[in-house]
Amino acid sequence: MSETAPLMPRRREVHPVPYDPDYKTSVVRSPKQALLSLESTLIEETGPVFGHDLLGPLDNNLIYNFTQGAAPAVGERIRVHGRVLDETGRAVPNTLVEVWQANAGGRYRHVKDTYFAPLDPNFGGCGRTITDENGYYEFMTIRPGAYPWPNRANDWRPMHIHFSIFGSGFGQRLISQMYFQGDPLIDLCPIVNTIKDRGQIDRLVAPLDMQNSRGMDYIAYKFDIVLRGRRQTMFENKPEGM
Amino acid sequence: MTQPLDILTETPSQTAGPYVHIGCIPTFAGVEGVYPEDLGLSPISDGARGEVITIRGSVYDGTGWALRDAMMESWQPDAAGLFPGQDGADPKVSGFCRFAADKDSGEFTLRTVKPGPVPLRHGGLQAPHIALWIVARGINIGLSTRIYFEDEDNSGDMLLNRIEQRPRADTLIARKTGEGEYRFDIRLQGEGETVFLDM
Ligand SMILES: [Fe+2]
Repeated sequence: MSETAPLMPRRREVHPVPYDPDYKTSVVRSPKQALLSLESTLIEETGPVFGHDLLGPLDNNLIYNFTQGAAPAVGERIRVHGRVLDETGRAVPNTLVEVWQANAGGRYRHVKDTYFAPLDPNFGGCGRTITDENGYYEFMTIRPGAYPWPNRANDWRPMHIHFSIFGSGFGQRLISQMYFQGDPLIDLCPIVNTIKDRGQIDRLVAPLDMQNSRGMDYIAYKFDIVLRGRRQTMFENKPEGM
Repeated sequence: MTQPLDILTETPSQTAGPYVHIGCIPTFAGVEGVYPEDLGLSPISDGARGEVITIRGSVYDGTGWALRDAMMESWQPDAAGLFPGQDGADPKVSGFCRFAADKDSGEFTLRTVKPGPVPLRHGGLQAPHIALWIVARGINIGLSTRIYFEDEDNSGDMLLNRIEQRPRADTLIARKTGEGEYRFDIRLQGEGETVFLDM
């Protein structure tokens, strides 16, 4: 365990509101009472560590990992890459990043997804990787399709990739979604709009990154992620107020 | 004008959605063969020291309906209160588990060892507890809470004592239902609402 410094308090105002009537499921799943806010303790400051030996060679290649290399998934080939940093600007190395997404037609391979867009026999929809010592990660995948969902009568999710990131402490745990530059469905989406700060929504929209694309092969999108930071001070070992 | 602070802003959360299982526990979603096994199947392996316990419960929404799509993660120390990586920690305790509400009943099961007490930064001990993180469709940012135990001495616990309305502290205490068996229900909203944490 390398670090047990206290976590910076989470700035709740930069996150979505828990209760939003336009996202109907949130109405009965959002706590009404205030959260209990306290300084982090050891259980929030430590967390599971996953080694690079966890990973198989195709884990971060969603085009091929469902068939273990036998046949590629259908769709527009893309590379998604970026860095995981914390609020202090430091890289978060060796941390697990997991992704999941719909196929090119907007269909998930999940027992509960009944949308009539077809499954792709060569696409599973999950991938994972671990950041390098400088916090970098990358995936190869196909661009996911937009899809309709039961909310208001005609709601569609913009193209998106779900991300799950660990960090070095359990209190840094984060799940979010990456959107694609220029998608007109972003502004219409009730889930996107649970975030009330327009600037924060923009931080979930990955720009097209032509300089990291490869001709005749794939186009790239860049997606950086920031986790909670840790307070660093020589005064931490003293009781409050001393 | 002042110097810039150079503090970045955390990436905003978005709901894990109904298909979180594909990314986190793909076998549960019906996605087989991508990984050898799902991550976090058990927080302990055979031979872990301490009392092996089973905690069962459900996650209820504001109408009293048990969620069928919730996914949870737990994190805890070993029976001596040591986390993986700390000197002397039990190598049979990974401390991390992922589990989901059952698709039909909504009930979840966590089988683990009972954790030991953990020190506070400036002295004193916290009563034994497990950290729990809950995500699902309709939960826009993951909910954090803790599982304490009815048959432990919780009287001096810093966190439980910070809950002003004393009956609400009971929402964090697993009820003993048998030898090595506990019940821990989570209520997202309304009567008996679980205390959720911002730590
Ligand atoms: Fe989705």
